[in-house]
Amino acid sequence: MTTQPENGPEAETNSGSTSASGTSVANTSVSGALLEMRGITKRFPGVLANDSVSFDVQGGEVHTLLGENGAGKSTLMKILFGMYSADAGEVLLEGRPVDVSSPSAAIEAGIGMIHQHFMLVPTLTVTENVALGLPHGVRPDLDVVRSRVGELSEQYGLAVDPDVYVWQLAVGERQRVEILKALYREIRLLVLDEPTAVLTPQEVDDFFVTLRALADDGRGLIFISHKLHEVMALSDRITVLRDGRVVGSTTPGETDRQELAEMMVGRQVKLASVQRQPADSSGESNPADLDYDARPANDARLVVTALDVAGDRDGVPPAVRGLSLEVAPGEILGVAGVSGNGQRELAEAIAGLRRPLTGSITLDGFELVGASPQRIRRSGLSFVPEERMRDGAIGDFSVSENLMLVDHGEPAHAVRGWLKLGALNKRAVDLVDRYQIKTPDVSTPTSSLSGGNIQKMIMARELSSGPSVLLAAQPTRGVDVGAAEYIHERLLAQRDEGTAVIVISEDLDEVLALADRIMVMFEGRVVGTVHRDRCTVEQLGLMMAGG
Amino acid sequence: MAEFFTASVLVTTFAAGVRLAMPFLLAALGETLGQRSGVLNLGVDGVMLIGAFFAYWTVLETDSRLGGIAVGLLVGLAMGVLYAVVTLVFHAEQGISGIGIFLFGLGMSELLFQELVGTPFPIPALTEVAIPLLSDIPGLGDMLFNHSLLVYVGVVLVVVFTWVINRSTFGLNLRAVGENPEAADSLGVSVVRTRAIAILIGNALAGMAGAALTIELGTFQNNLTNGIGFIAVALVYFGAWRPLGVLAGSFLYGLVTATVTQLKVLDIVSGAAASLTTTAPAVLTVLALAVIARRTASQPAALTVPFERRR
Repeated sequence: MTTQPENGPEAETNSGSTSASGTSVANTSVSGALLEMRGITKRFPGVLANDSVSFDVQGGEVHTLLGENGAGKSTLMKILFGMYSADAGEVLLEGRPVDVSSPSAAIEAGIGMIHQHFMLVPTLTVTENVALGLPHGVRPDLDVVRSRVGELSEQYGLAVDPDVYVWQLAVGERQRVEILKALYREIRLLVLDEPTAVLTPQEVDDFFVTLRALADDGRGLIFISHKLHEVMALSDRITVLRDGRVVGSTTPGETDRQELAEMMVGRQVKLASVQRQPADSSGESNPADLDYDARPANDARLVVTALDVAGDRDGVPPAVRGLSLEVAPGEILGVAGVSGNGQRELAEAIAGLRRPLTGSITLDGFELVGASPQRIRRSGLSFVPEERMRDGAIGDFSVSENLMLVDHGEPAHAVRGWLKLGALNKRAVDLVDRYQIKTPDVSTPTSSLSGGNIQKMIMARELSSGPSVLLAAQPTRGVDVGAAEYIHERLLAQRDEGTAVIVISEDLDEVLALADRIMVMFEGRVVGTVHRDRCTVEQLGLMMAGG
Repeated sequence: MAEFFTASVLVTTFAAGVRLAMPFLLAALGETLGQRSGVLNLGVDGVMLIGAFFAYWTVLETDSRLGGIAVGLLVGLAMGVLYAVVTLVFHAEQGISGIGIFLFGLGMSELLFQELVGTPFPIPALTEVAIPLLSDIPGLGDMLFNHSLLVYVGVVLVVVFTWVINRSTFGLNLRAVGENPEAADSLGVSVVRTRAIAILIGNALAGMAGAALTIELGTFQNNLTNGIGFIAVALVYFGAWRPLGVLAGSFLYGLVTATVTQLKVLDIVSGAAASLTTTAPAVLTVLALAVIARRTASQPAALTVPFERRR
């Protein structure tokens, strides 16, 4: 990498106003582009993840890469960052081919990446995390790193204590550490893979100010997101990928959310968040009028009282603290909050997978605390877990086997311990058909299905028992738009049939689209529970920040 | 029982305990390094055995005790190369391949002993090096400051390892690689190289621990270690992956072993009771682990997880 002299001025003179001009056309050189990826092709067994993708970024611009899960965004970025090697195509930085055969080569070339799953070592301090991998002598020069980290966080408004351990930081702070790591390495191109998923709406606003400042200093930013309003707010340019191909490039001025969504999916879609906007987002409603203790209209079916649930780490406060909630038949309670505020532990406690420290959970008066997951299910609770491949399905099992996981012991499905495979298969075929699960066969291994279809399969299994309470955690995370739409319809239909539904989601748009009442969690506590039709996004955002 | 609690017996027993602790300490320090990098090596005992045999044979043939220790270290290094290839290149399941290394070391040391030596001739022990002034302190001097060079090396290594793990660049890489190898990799830290270095040093120390054991005992026999290598692995958990903790655990084991031996020598326990007291170290391991097992927070998160970049 020593043959890579600083060539800043050229990039900087081309930055700014020219940003919208360079619509990407395959195989034509874009003059002055900071980054050019030409004809990138990557094959995985059975999938063409990138099909001759060309993409460029100017210095000073935010270029968004938009697409559904599996469209090839992450693959393209992992090629750029040296985590995958491309089968064909080349990467040019400031017009020169650049070696991106490994992450360290990419870093040396000036490329930084903020991964969706943070690349931090929790048992090291902030300073040590930044210092990791830098050229050091026998001893790392932590004092130098610490003071530079201080300067950078001052300059870009990335406040974080350099001497605390990363495991002690909140998710938003961890993201700042990631950005500091990249800035410390003087990157010229920064890739951000769905960075806003862990932030409250207000934090997103601050974050965008920081990103804009980074771009204004001449850096090129690649922003990956599927949240269309954020894409519209932040981007200078937008390139849409579908099925591994570029389907088009545009600018926020030339398009709207509806059109972007259709480019992503390749057909007409109804956008849940467009369909159903919050009551008033102009900020005119008076927060004092808001009822922060909204109760269900009917008698509650599931009642959680004063629940404390421990998290995974010792020596810190419980992940859920003094939490109470009620859900009535025929309503959806949305649980909103930034990731890592106790939602996962709450869900696991209700489903019986994690024993609460104190408190009670009753379903129609029956105490669930201490009961086995099987007993809890028999009492009428269905659970769609957050980690669907860990808690919701067994990858090596066939679709049919996964569909029978919960109720294979019922008399209709087994006689004296022997499965009635014929009947079970017949039911599986029926469920695959009814829930529009796209699979070649019910004997197909589940791991070969797409995320959306695995989620539909889990929904089919959980709903077919006719639950009286349905608990769905992150029901559409990592699911393509089409399947997400279908899952939303199913959840609403289940509510209309009289099921008490809890939807836990970090996606505020999803909560707004589905819930009748919204409960906001922060640091394991309930900040408030409000009626969906009487709150604004701003109010919810403040609540998500603990206010 | 009274004859045990005399000043001279207590001092002798304690001094013997310190000496006996060394094989535990060296092997467990090496294993600590490996585990902090995320690699579990259950083959420590096998590496110790094969290192012990070669050290014994070297001393028998050349009369050089330091030469024997050096050979033990090199043989351990060679076993480390084998284990690094198996775990880092072929990404083998660490628990199983470690057991393979153990069985290899056990069988190979027996075979070589039968073929090359046959009869357990005695070899000379290491001479003691008294530390000036300190060794003249009554009691304490003989307990701590009148030992072979190996004991001082072991204690110095504890300090060195503590510094390396917590303060050096290599230690920073080591901790990162053991906790989150993907993160280390994304910053250009070579996971394979860091783990390879940790494995090589760890195995070299295991080989040296075997050499220390055979020279301390002054002879070799089949399965000389009698499970010390496995206890060393347990000591890493006991010491919560810190060299100082490992030192404390090793001393505890050395002292218990020395006490049991002394009680038998003095005929305080005999017959079946004597055999039963031999299990004391093992019982202690189980008890210690039962208590320690609750503190899993300090265990390297990526322990036993192979690292492989997808291509």
